[in-house]
Amino acid sequence: MNDISAAFVTALHLLVTFDQNLVEIVGLSLRVSLSAVALAVVIGLPVGAALALFKFPGRNGLIVFLNALMGLPPVVVGLVVYLLLSRAGPLGVLGLLFTPTAMIIAQAILVTPIVAALTRQVVADLWVEYSEQMRSMGAGPLSAIPALLYDARFTLVTAVLAGFGRASAEVGAVMIVGGNIDHVTRTMTTAIALEVSKGDLALALGLGIVLIGISLAINAATYTVKQRAEAAWA
Amino acid sequence: MSDPITQPSTEAPPVARRRTTPSILPLSLEGVCFDARGKRLIHDLTFTLDAGPRTIILGPNGAGKSLTLRLCHGLLTPVGGHVAWEGAAPGADPLKHQAMVFQRPVLLRRTVAQNIDYALKLHDVARRDRPALIEDVLNRTGLARFAKSPARHLSGGEQQKLALARAWATKPEVLFLDEPTASLDPAATHAVENIIQTMHGEGTRIVMTTHDLAQARRLADEIMFLHKGHLMEKTPADEFFDAPRSGEAAAFLKGELRW
Ligand SMILES: Nc1ncnc2c1ncn2[C@@H]1O[C@H](COP(=O)(O)OP(=O)(O)O)[C@@H](O)[C@H]1O
Ligand SMILES: [Mg+2]
Repeated sequence: MNDISAAFVTALHLLVTFDQNLVEIVGLSLRVSLSAVALAVVIGLPVGAALALFKFPGRNGLIVFLNALMGLPPVVVGLVVYLLLSRAGPLGVLGLLFTPTAMIIAQAILVTPIVAALTRQVVADLWVEYSEQMRSMGAGPLSAIPALLYDARFTLVTAVLAGFGRASAEVGAVMIVGGNIDHVTRTMTTAIALEVSKGDLALALGLGIVLIGISLAINAATYTVKQRAEAAWA
Repeated sequence: MSDPITQPSTEAPPVARRRTTPSILPLSLEGVCFDARGKRLIHDLTFTLDAGPRTIILGPNGAGKSLTLRLCHGLLTPVGGHVAWEGAAPGADPLKHQAMVFQRPVLLRRTVAQNIDYALKLHDVARRDRPALIEDVLNRTGLARFAKSPARHLSGGEQQKLALARAWATKPEVLFLDEPTASLDPAATHAVENIIQTMHGEGTRIVMTTHDLAQARRLADEIMFLHKGHLMEKTPADEFFDAPRSGEAAAFLKGELRW
């Protein structure tokens, strides 16, 4: 009990003094997850819009695949990316295993399906409502895409926040492809998972508090966006 | 300050100035049929619409009025027959010279002004020319004070006026309206009818559906009466209300053919 309260006090101390080790881990985690989300947006928005507006061969298969990916445990994604990037794997020559880039790739695979699936849903719903009016004004599905994404902007922001939530909270994928190497690939979640057993309870607790803060911030932002969207655009 | 309504000017207002294109009319339909789920809903529709009169498509609910408008406007493709804009230049897009206002206005999740701006953009109006056109139609429809409001916050009547303003800004040669006042109160109905009359006065060809006889009497130069997917008659309005040619229309006028 005393150990725990002592660790808690030390954790708070690490936080308020911006302990260099802690700041470095938080910084890497944010860099990896934000990059993964950016990648997911660049891929997920057009894929989601295309799935909503166009019929093409393999469309149904792609939807099933995306939905399956959404429910996939991060460790499985980590395993697949590990096999691809390992020295014997097809992309082994790139030498990316156990680098932040590998972690970004793995997390992007986790987040892209979320962004794509939610984009598909919101764009499809909007198109049902807008299509006759848009076609009447001379816009086909392709030229309507920017307008549809713009009008779906509030829902899309919540999708991106959900994606960031999944990326920053997952531990399995970054653990496997990153390896929790000190000063290189150690993220908040991998540090918590591995440092506890090594006895560094204070660092784990400090990082846990940061993660709780991020989760609260994501949920507060999502709530605010939804409120504002409902207030302004009904 | 120039207010196009209160300050008469020698110059035509911006909307009127844009009418330079040759006519796409007449519109001719020949043997047009339409099916859905294996059922024939529109039978052998043949008629021609020339420039000029206000045409009201009249008929009970389910007669095929909305389908007919959509076939004319090109939102539906007939399973048989032809729809042709005979005046349209070869290679030109006749859709650019038409607009349609729906029973329930479809407004983008943007401000009132941005809704019109988007339509103008789709009609290739240069960005710098849009603000004047937007201001003009908002003034003419009494919506100027809502320019920066979210469009979907407007009342039902204001939303329909915005849908009309958006159509008006693109200066259509032909305007299709599908029961535009069916869900509006009498005051909003009156305002919408006034806008339609003004557009007609400026030379826009009005083609409108209604199941409201009183409205048809107020607006029509010509009645097309539909029943069960058949065009029963296309008759000058005076004549139609006086002595309809078809038995179904006579029954409809007596209130015996409600639905
Ligand atoms: N997509 C559709 N599928 C099946 N039936 C339809 C479809 N669209 C319209 N109908 C039917 O066609 C008939 C004519 O419809 P409509 O043109 O909307 O009538 P209205 O004269 O009331 O505007 C109605 O009986 C309607 O139920
Ligand atoms: Mg109808």
